[in-house]
Amino acid sequence: MQPMNRLAAVLFALVFSFFFASSHAATISPLEERLAKLEQAASAGPSISSGDNAWMLASSALVLMMTAPGLILFYGGLVRRKNVLATMMHSLVLMAVMSVLWVVYGYSMAFSEGSPFFGGLSYFFLKGVGTTPNSDYAATIPHQTFMLFQMMFVIITPALISGAVAERMKFSAYLLFMILWVTIVYLPLAHMVWGKGGLFNWALGGKIPVLDFAGGTVVHISSGVSALVCAIVLGRRTGYPQEPMMPHNVVYSLIGTGLLWVGWFGFNAGSALGAGELAVSAFAATHFSAAAGALGWMGLEWLLKRRPSVLGAASGMVAGLATITPASGFVTIPSALLIGLCGGIVCYLAVAHLKAKFGYDDSLDVFGVHGVGSTVGMILLGLLASPSVNPLIVNTFKRGDQVVSLAGSGGQLLNQLIGIALTAALSAIATFLILAVLKATVGLRVTDEEEFVGLDLTQHGERAYND
Amino acid sequence: MKKIEAIVKPFKLQEVKEALNELGIQGMTVIEVKGFGRQKGHTEIYRGNEYTIDFMPKVKIEMVLPDSQIDAAVEAIVKAGKTGKIGDGKVFVTPVSDAIRIRTGERGDEAV
Repeated sequence: MQPMNRLAAVLFALVFSFFFASSHAATISPLEERLAKLEQAASAGPSISSGDNAWMLASSALVLMMTAPGLILFYGGLVRRKNVLATMMHSLVLMAVMSVLWVVYGYSMAFSEGSPFFGGLSYFFLKGVGTTPNSDYAATIPHQTFMLFQMMFVIITPALISGAVAERMKFSAYLLFMILWVTIVYLPLAHMVWGKGGLFNWALGGKIPVLDFAGGTVVHISSGVSALVCAIVLGRRTGYPQEPMMPHNVVYSLIGTGLLWVGWFGFNAGSALGAGELAVSAFAATHFSAAAGALGWMGLEWLLKRRPSVLGAASGMVAGLATITPASGFVTIPSALLIGLCGGIVCYLAVAHLKAKFGYDDSLDVFGVHGVGSTVGMILLGLLASPSVNPLIVNTFKRGDQVVSLAGSGGQLLNQLIGIALTAALSAIATFLILAVLKATVGLRVTDEEEFVGLDLTQHGERAYND
Repeated sequence: MKKIEAIVKPFKLQEVKEALNELGIQGMTVIEVKGFGRQKGHTEIYRGNEYTIDFMPKVKIEMVLPDSQIDAAVEAIVKAGKTGKIGDGKVFVTPVSDAIRIRTGERGDEAV
């Protein structure tokens, strides 16, 4: 360093430290005054942590990114080129529809106090959902941040189902179905698992303590089982499975996979509702499960089909992510690796063999990946939930006056199975009824000719690729 | 005047074109086509599900030549396009009744 520069640096440091010391001295007040301020802050109730709030706003944006462009590209690449836009629209339009629904009654039905099965209407049109934290759900972030974060879930969950109805469902019927499905299936389930007083809410007065950190039941099993019912009721795409219906652009699907993986950090680590230790462990579990899921799927496919396909590795990643969703925030990293590996293997078998054996056309494998994967995750969580990761599970849930541990055990496994069974039953029955009503009124499928020409042109009047 | 339609493997197109150029043949039309013969297709696997792809990508070369050049051209195509494996393609030769060059109005052998 030049002598002049060094001199300047020393001078700068001196001046800086002088200002710092003087300003610091000015803030020191008498001890009583400082104590009084401290007491006032403590009695004022929960206060907003800007760190937590920053992470939760970022997480909300990450979860929205999973839908667009994550799922849009993932699903869009998997269909034939005449149905790309229609498939992308299935996810895109829900960003608009579900956001409005959430404002009007969705948030209220899911998260205001009500019965063990439904919320009430006290947050109708987001009445009272302002910047003051709701300390039942998240004491350190504005209530509105919590509401926004949860809204991103109500967008992506029905969008997941769209993979099962791809390439053949009438757009008007699709919209009506999704509005009814969210109202009858998603909102009650979200209330049961996460809402105050919900049947399964182990931390806020539920009766059956089901562990589900980020939506294994509410998001993945509900959408997966409903997707299966949709695929069966709608029937196969014309020509399936005799005609080859290959993905028209695997590259899109791979880009979508990357966006889903990154977005999933918001989904799972964001479900810690803060930026503390729990967010870190959920983040780590998410990542390692995705890695193990990819290896599980790819390895098995390599063994059985003699080729490690790229789409297979990507599908394994998504399977690993769907599998860890309920368990992240409750399990250790080695457990996460095990859960992801099981997810990759079981989902491969479901997609490659179960589907072929029963002959249903779950076009983009929503049931095989999300339904099956998260069921595996929920079951393993019952055995692997660890108080070292989440101490609340051993000292929070009370049955009568007695505190009951929810750590991994046979007892907790039973609770998880009840959660899975009720979620699957509600999803299957409600989906079937909604589809039956729509089939009798507006009709579910496009005509054979429209299906042959493609939904892009017949439903939306556009083509994805014009030269 | 006859038309040659030759269906060859896409990766042999360059060699076939060069062989024809060496004979002094001045032009041709090339079309990307799909089809199958004895070679049948291949299988592709997506998410563990195997799909049989019947139609293989090929290129079709079309030329109309004076009768005097036909035998040499066919021989050049067969020689350059051959790998000896199944799926090398076929050459068809058909008579053509007339040809017109649009720019000048020339007809017959003058036009090709």
